[in-house]
Amino acid sequence: MTAGAGTADRAEVERLEEMARRVRVEIIRTVNHAQVGHVGGPLSAADILAALYFRVLRIRPDEPDWPQRDRFILSKGHSSLVQYAAMAVRGYFPVEELRTFDSLGSRLQGHPDMRLLPGIDMSTGSLGMGLSAGLGMALGTRFTDLTEPRVYVLLGDGECQEGQVWEAAMVAARYRVDNLVAIVDHNKLQQYGWPGETAEIRLPPEEPGELVAKWAAFGWRVLEVDGHEMTGLVRVLEEASEASGRPTVVVAHTVKGRGVSFMEGDYRWHSKPIKPDEFAAAMRELGEGDE
Amino acid sequence: MTLPTGRAMREVFGETVSRLADDDPRIVMLDGDLGSSTKADIFEHAHPGRFLQMGIAEQNMIGVAAGMATMGLMPFISTFVSFAVVRPLDQVRVQIAQTGANVKLTAGYAGLFTGMAGKTHHIVDDISIMRAMPGMITISPADDVETDRVLRWAAAHDGPVYVRIVRDATQRLFDEGYRFEFNRAVVVREGSDITLISTGAQTPRTVDAAEQLADRGVSAHVVHLPTLKPLDVEGIITAAERTGRVVTVEEHTVIGGLGGAVAETLAEHRPTPMRRIGFDDIYTESAPNDVLLDLYGISPGRVAARVRELRWED
Repeated sequence: MTAGAGTADRAEVERLEEMARRVRVEIIRTVNHAQVGHVGGPLSAADILAALYFRVLRIRPDEPDWPQRDRFILSKGHSSLVQYAAMAVRGYFPVEELRTFDSLGSRLQGHPDMRLLPGIDMSTGSLGMGLSAGLGMALGTRFTDLTEPRVYVLLGDGECQEGQVWEAAMVAARYRVDNLVAIVDHNKLQQYGWPGETAEIRLPPEEPGELVAKWAAFGWRVLEVDGHEMTGLVRVLEEASEASGRPTVVVAHTVKGRGVSFMEGDYRWHSKPIKPDEFAAAMRELGEGDE
Repeated sequence: MTLPTGRAMREVFGETVSRLADDDPRIVMLDGDLGSSTKADIFEHAHPGRFLQMGIAEQNMIGVAAGMATMGLMPFISTFVSFAVVRPLDQVRVQIAQTGANVKLTAGYAGLFTGMAGKTHHIVDDISIMRAMPGMITISPADDVETDRVLRWAAAHDGPVYVRIVRDATQRLFDEGYRFEFNRAVVVREGSDITLISTGAQTPRTVDAAEQLADRGVSAHVVHLPTLKPLDVEGIITAAERTGRVVTVEEHTVIGGLGGAVAETLAEHRPTPMRRIGFDDIYTESAPNDVLLDLYGISPGRVAARVRELRWED
């Protein structure tokens, strides 16, 4: 079903949009069931993961350890639900297993665990670490017969405050690693953040344009895109996948909580339980009707 | 009798890993800009294409190693203990130990011998830290011969191994026929009055101390404990039973290190009167090696004197 490079036609875009919608639905259902878990970050990344898991990544859900697969690392590991939902909808495991999220014995830990869930290429959780691991994988293709994999790492914009991210950026540029794609889910909110004029106003993790300037200064090819507009998102992710002699970052402008109006842009929905009326409203907005 | 001086562990590190890599294409060396100090430069000359400079960015280096391990590679890490253990501790915990990555944390400049670098580089709490970390094997070889054997064992083991490597030449304890056995206490001197348990480059010094004690009529039984995580519980119990009195001697803090490990083991399994010789909650200062060993009471002469001065009420 996964198409190769090339412009996605209207039907393909609609298919990917529907997958993103289903990913969002499963995120909300799971948070509602578990009454715990991050919400805003997973929703902001849903379109990105739909584009990756249903088109860009060369993967085999029925053979998650296929050696030549593309690698994906969710460096912002607290958004694990978006990866679990995308993997379930893609067929890595039954959607029903999402209901075990965060419960004892589940393969779906609060943060992704490569030793428990096949298809997770790197355990994450402490922020700032995923790009280094992705760099190791990308460099690893030079020393093994695993020559095919491209490596994709999704970072949060708050996460880009971690110094290790820039250590990895420096070394990746130094080695001209061009099978490595970083994607920043630039939703302009972090868990709490710096206060604005009042404590109720939280400032974005970075100034406008700051991320683009930083990545460019570190020697990366920088592509910007609307992280919720599927046609452009697919085009940019596929452009990023083409080797260019240096590492590429896609700065995806997103909205935290995207897809549920009362969660959008509100830092308090970083992580909190959903009340019954909120759940019903969210399901209606996502086209699922009452549950 | 004093033990002879062996070769520097760091040179053995460079040479042994180079030889291992001759036959094992999985081996790569990641260097945190200290290859000329750790002697990873020996590896670079032997296998230039598999030596990767990672710059002065150790947190990233640990993560890169973890990623490479998932591709079937076996990275060895070249930096100082300070920057392999303490600086990137969360990366070691999350990316190496929790993932079970086949990465060898081969860290140089363990203990006090750092070319007079002082307290920032004297890491004397790494055993305490690393043995508390689930999934992390911790080994502290005694001399150049054992360093070679431990590195070979580590390369044959699938999973994270932390190896403490000393900068300067230390005394040689083992002959070329020595075989390293993982997680086995090694009796290196028979005795009947008191049991001395040591690890790392302190063990040869403790053997010398035992010789000095013999001159004063004290028969010391000396046991070397190279593997600190996991622990050879039976070996420790047997060593304690041998004399009924135990003194641990280490170039390391007594808090949670060898002394802590032995005390925990004996308290639980075979309560035995014991004392711990090592660093007691202090930071150390810059000076030549011999001066430091005397100052902090772990030179052969000082160990012998301290053991004789111990008072046992029981």
